[in-house]
Formats: sequence, structure tokens, C-alpha cells
Amino acid sequence: MAKLAEEEHPVKAFGWAARDPSGHLSPFNFSRRETGEEDVKFKVLYCGICHSDLHFIKNDFGFSASAYPIVPGHEIVGEVTEVGSKVTKFKVGDKVGMGGIAGGCGSCDNCVNDCTVYCPKLILTYNGIDHDGTRTYGGYSDFMVANENFIVRVPDNIALDGAAPLLCAGITVWSPLKYFGLGEPGKHVGIVGLGGLGHVGVRLAKALGSKVTVISTSPSKKNEALAHLGADSFLVSSDQDEMRAAMGTLDGVIDTVSAVHPISPLIDLLKTNGKLVIVGAPSKPLELPVLPLLLGRKVVAGSGGGGIKETQEMIDFAAKHSITADIELITMDYVNTAMERLAKGDVRYRFVIDIANTLPATKP
Amino acid sequence: MAKSPEGEHPHKAFGWAARDPSGALSPFHFSRRENGDEDVTVKILYCGVCHSDLHTAKNEWGFTNYPVVPGHEIVGVATKVGNNVEKFKVGDKVGVGVLVGSCKRCEPCQQDLENYCPKVTLTYNSIGQDGTKTYGGYSDMIVVDQRYVLRFPDNLPLDAGAPLLCAGITVYSPMKYYGMTEAGKHLGVAGLGGLGHVAVKIGKAFGLKVTVISSSSKKESEAINKLGADSFLVTSDPAKMKAAMGTMDFIIDTISAVHPLLPLLSLLKMNGKLVTVGLPDKPLELPIFPLVVGRKLVGGSDIGGMKETQEMLDFCAKHNIAADIELIRMEDINTAMERLAKSDVRYRFVIDVGNSLSQ
Repeated sequence: MAKLAEEEHPVKAFGWAARDPSGHLSPFNFSRRETGEEDVKFKVLYCGICHSDLHFIKNDFGFSASAYPIVPGHEIVGEVTEVGSKVTKFKVGDKVGMGGIAGGCGSCDNCVNDCTVYCPKLILTYNGIDHDGTRTYGGYSDFMVANENFIVRVPDNIALDGAAPLLCAGITVWSPLKYFGLGEPGKHVGIVGLGGLGHVGVRLAKALGSKVTVISTSPSKKNEALAHLGADSFLVSSDQDEMRAAMGTLDGVIDTVSAVHPISPLIDLLKTNGKLVIVGAPSKPLELPVLPLLLGRKVVAGSGGGGIKETQEMIDFAAKHSITADIELITMDYVNTAMERLAKGDVRYRFVIDIANTLPATKP
Repeated sequence: MAKSPEGEHPHKAFGWAARDPSGALSPFHFSRRENGDEDVTVKILYCGVCHSDLHTAKNEWGFTNYPVVPGHEIVGVATKVGNNVEKFKVGDKVGVGVLVGSCKRCEPCQQDLENYCPKVTLTYNSIGQDGTKTYGGYSDMIVVDQRYVLRFPDNLPLDAGAPLLCAGITVYSPMKYYGMTEAGKHLGVAGLGGLGHVAVKIGKAFGLKVTVISSSSKKESEAINKLGADSFLVTSDPAKMKAAMGTMDFIIDTISAVHPLLPLLSLLKMNGKLVTVGLPDKPLELPIFPLVVGRKLVGGSDIGGMKETQEMLDFCAKHNIAADIELIRMEDINTAMERLAKSDVRYRFVIDVGNSLSQ
């Protein structure tokens, strides 16, 4: 008989969980494992709300059905309270961050090359199955126990709450900028969609030396994009003249839009050998016109997160260049309202839950 | 007033053309330009029948400018060379592929990627630098700027080597660009026709493990015993498809009909690449999830530049790679086109132009 979440592990834990596809979150008592030899236990200070959290709690992807209750949260920043006897990289008091990956098989090509995110036996930070067969629970909770190889150090000179979204949004745009050679001086990259991922993408790409064009359906975001985020130019995707004038000008496009949308106009923006990298997760297939790919030797690729080493590199870079996410800090009990607003894109640009200060009060 | 095809240029030429979307080909008198300083005049010996010829003859892509003389897998002999031509002399065996011109100034042209020049001139159904229409290799002779003429290696058979000028470069170029040349990697070849069978041979020459992916099992024995493929996968066999999931580093997709990409994408390993070189006439459905969770990509590729085409020919000569062909006479071209439409050919028709094209 399956153990109750509270009794599965020896150490009591508390967080908020969704129990069904309504996605409604509420207080939830559960438990975590003892801090093992290679583990780091950390108190959660802040946790960003990623759009994936909303997708999973509402079963949008269709494979969460058996995984309720779900404690979401994979943009976690906290402070180390205990380290295992074999831990070398962290000590008590360190500020650490954790993203979407809690573990992998450790031995496949992907794991060995810092691409654990592509390991077929990947363990997700939440809604995943751990090595011991138990469910993983995420950062909308009081503390985490993580293997030291799957957390990063948060540099001293970065605001902890603004840094939290970097653990998912940040690495999700950083990884393809690097892997596809789009984040460097001399390159011109387009960022489609100005939300959690998009706005961080603009900042990182600019700091890496690229020229950046934001592509959006909302003309109202133009000023933000140019004046506030530092983008070089702004294209309204429904403006055919603007789009036509920009054809063949971009080395790459990072597409963060999660709704179903036409990619043909984005492919046309690419130069020869250009790359369209999709990091959003539309729930239905998109239409792929083959001729434009052929005529320009263009590529449509996907990218999902990044490795730990790469995440550390990204967060160090962000700290050095004073890059954080633009956030709206919320209390734990505001989370359901935040989810409703997130569904409508009503946030500039990421909600972050003030866990340490507001979760305890919600304990029944 | 527009000149007639016969009167446009000073040298009389003869070939077979399609005059309307029925695609039916018949004798056609036209003319070729004077051999300029940069030009090579080629007496055509053989011309491969590419599926693009059929698509164009029937206006399936919607941009055919009739009358059209197809043919862009041309092998022949140089009969005249211009004053500035040093690479070729009269009597040389030469090839002409899919391009006969480009702007020569843009970035792609300067990077030996004439095939991606926005002002590229195709061997047929295109407008040349002089504003006149281009006519292809189903004809007795052609006049081409030396930059777009290939030296045909001595030890390649003239007839079986002709399809390399399009089919060969079409698969060779993406195999190089997308990194499919590392020995030991696993390549899937989807579709076993003109392009596919050459991809198998070139893949084996690169030291790859090659699996042919096909909708039917009837080509299995050929693929393994004759072409040298390591294995054969039938897409309609769910158990075999499942067992093959996540096993391929690359897939070259030569299938020209509309087909589902999801089963092919699932055959790729993480970071795998699917390169499409076929040209379905409608968009394909692209599922995004497999791309994102596996950092996979779908890329396109369009023939190759002149330097690379020469490199490909030399590579094939070194490894004794030529196409498997059915040699036909010019007057049988319409029957061949009907059979091609049903994929009834092992694996390329080649027209014996030199011996059968007569007025």
C-alpha cells in the first residue's frame, strides 16, 4: 500500500500542493529524505513561479494525471542548513539555487557531458520519480534536500529574489544562446515573446554582445523592450511590412511563446544557415513549411533547460552583469490568484513567492 | 516583341520540352548563346531524370514557365572553351548540375555557397543573367559559365555518375554540414529512391552505421545486400519502431510526399538531427515536444555549392560510388516519367542523350 506523503520519509516537510487538475493549490504536509552523504539540505527563501508550474498542476501536458498531489516550484533560492559528510562544494550558510533537475543516471553520454536535462532517466525537481522510487516535491515548500551536483551557488552580489527565476527561465534561454552560437558579438538574435523567458533572454543576449530584436504580438511592449530591457529593435509580428523588411536579417530566433503560432514568418526572418530555437512548449504540433528550410539551409530546433555547470556559468555571468528578472514578489497565500493572472499573461514578468517570510504562517 | 526560343540565341539547339501541365514531353527546337570568354560548351551525353524534373514538367510547384526543357544531372564533353577558361579544355569530360549562375558577389556566393544565392540561376526554368530563360539537359548541348561546370572524374562511369550532380550533392552537402561524417555514428535514411540509395552508399563510405527507413519491406533485401545498409526499418511495424527509438544520431529524410515527422523524430537520440531534403508540396506537422525534451532539430538543405559538388564527385570517384540506374532512350521519357511518379525505378532513370536524341 502506498505510503502517505507524510510518512514516506523521515523528515517532516510542509508546502503547498495541487491535488487535482483544477490546479488549486493549498497547504500540504509531506516529508523529505534524511540528508545523505552527498546531499545538501537548504531552507527555501524564494521560489519563482514558472509557467510550467501552471501547466503541470492543471495537467496541460497530459501526463501528470497520476502524479497528484504536486508541489511545484523549480526556480528555488535558499540557504544551506546541513551538508552530508561527503559534500565538498557547499557549507552551511551558503546561498544556493536549484532548477528543474534533481538528478539523472549519471553515466550516459548526456549526464557525462553536463546535459543531464537530456538524460532519459532524468529526475525532475517536482513531479518526478527519485532514485528510490518516491515522488519528488518542488520549491513551494519550506526546505529541499538535493544532491550537491544538482544545485548551484548563488553569487553574493545578486538579489536573491530577482535571481530565483534565473534557475529556469535564465538557463532555458542561456543554453540555446550558447549551444547554437547566438550569444556573441556580431550575432543578431530575435527573441519572440516578452514574458518570463523573453525578458531575461533579452538581457542575457545583450550582455553576451549580440544585437537583439524583440518580436511580439503587442505593440504596447515596444517601449519596455527598447527603453527598459535594452533591446535594439522591436518587431510587431502581425505587421507584415515590418516583418518583410526584416527578412533574412537574423542569425537566430529564440521562440519563447507557448501558444500555438505560425513559425513560417519566423523562419523567413532568418539569414541563410539561421536557426529557430523553440523553448516554449506549445501543446499541439506546429506547421512546418519545408521549402524555406531548404532554400536557406535553416534549422528548427528545440531546447529544454541546461546542465548544472552551464547553470552555474549563467548565474555567475548574470551576477557579474547585474542581471536579474523583473519580479512581483508575492505571499504564499496569493499563489492561486497569481496563477490566474499568469494564465492571462498579467505579470511583469515573473511572480516570485516570498517563501521564508510567508509560508510558515499558512501552516494549519 | 519577345523572340521565339529558336531565334533567341545564335546557336541552334534541340531537346525535349513539356509545354503544359500534362507534363508530356516532346521534341523542341530552341537555341543557345554564343560561347563567351567564361563559358564552356558541352555536348550532352547523359542526363539523369530527377523527380524535380517531373514536378516542374507538371507545374506541381506552381512556378513553371512553359515550355520547359528539364534536366539537371548532365554529363558530357567540352566542345568549346572561352578565352578565360583555364580549368577545362576541349575533350574534357564535364558535368553540369542544378545551377548555371549566381550573382557571385553576395555573402553565400563568396563562401562557395552559390546554391543559397538569392539570385541563383537554375539550369532550367530559370531566368539567366542575360534575361533569357534557361533550358536543361534533355537536349543536345548546353553553354555554361565555367564556375558552374564540374570536372567529371575519369574513373566514374558517365551514365551512372550523372545522378550524382543532383542526388549526390543533395545528400552529401547536409551530411557534411550537419556533421554526419564521424565514423561509427548511426544514420537513418528515410525513403529509398534516387536520393536515398545514394545516401546509403555515401553514408557507408563515411564509416557510418546506416539504417534504411521505409514504408514497405519490399526493398529490404536490396537495401542490405546490394546497397550495403546495415539494417532496415519498416515504419508500419510498431514493435520494431519502438525498439529503434532513440538510436539514431541523424536522419536524412528524402521522402517527397507529405508524411508524419513524429515517428522519425522519436528514432533520434538526444541532440539528434533530422535533415529534410525532399520537397513535400504541403507543410509538414512539426511536434515541438520531442524537439524541446531532446534538443533535437529539423534542418533543411538544398543541393550544395560548386566547390562542394566537385568535392563530392571526387569523393564518389575515390570510393567507387555511382547511382544504380536504368538507362533509357530519349523517346521513352514519357513512359519513364509515368513510372517515376509511381516510384517504379531502381533507382534513377538516365537518358542516353548522346545515342538517342535525334531530330
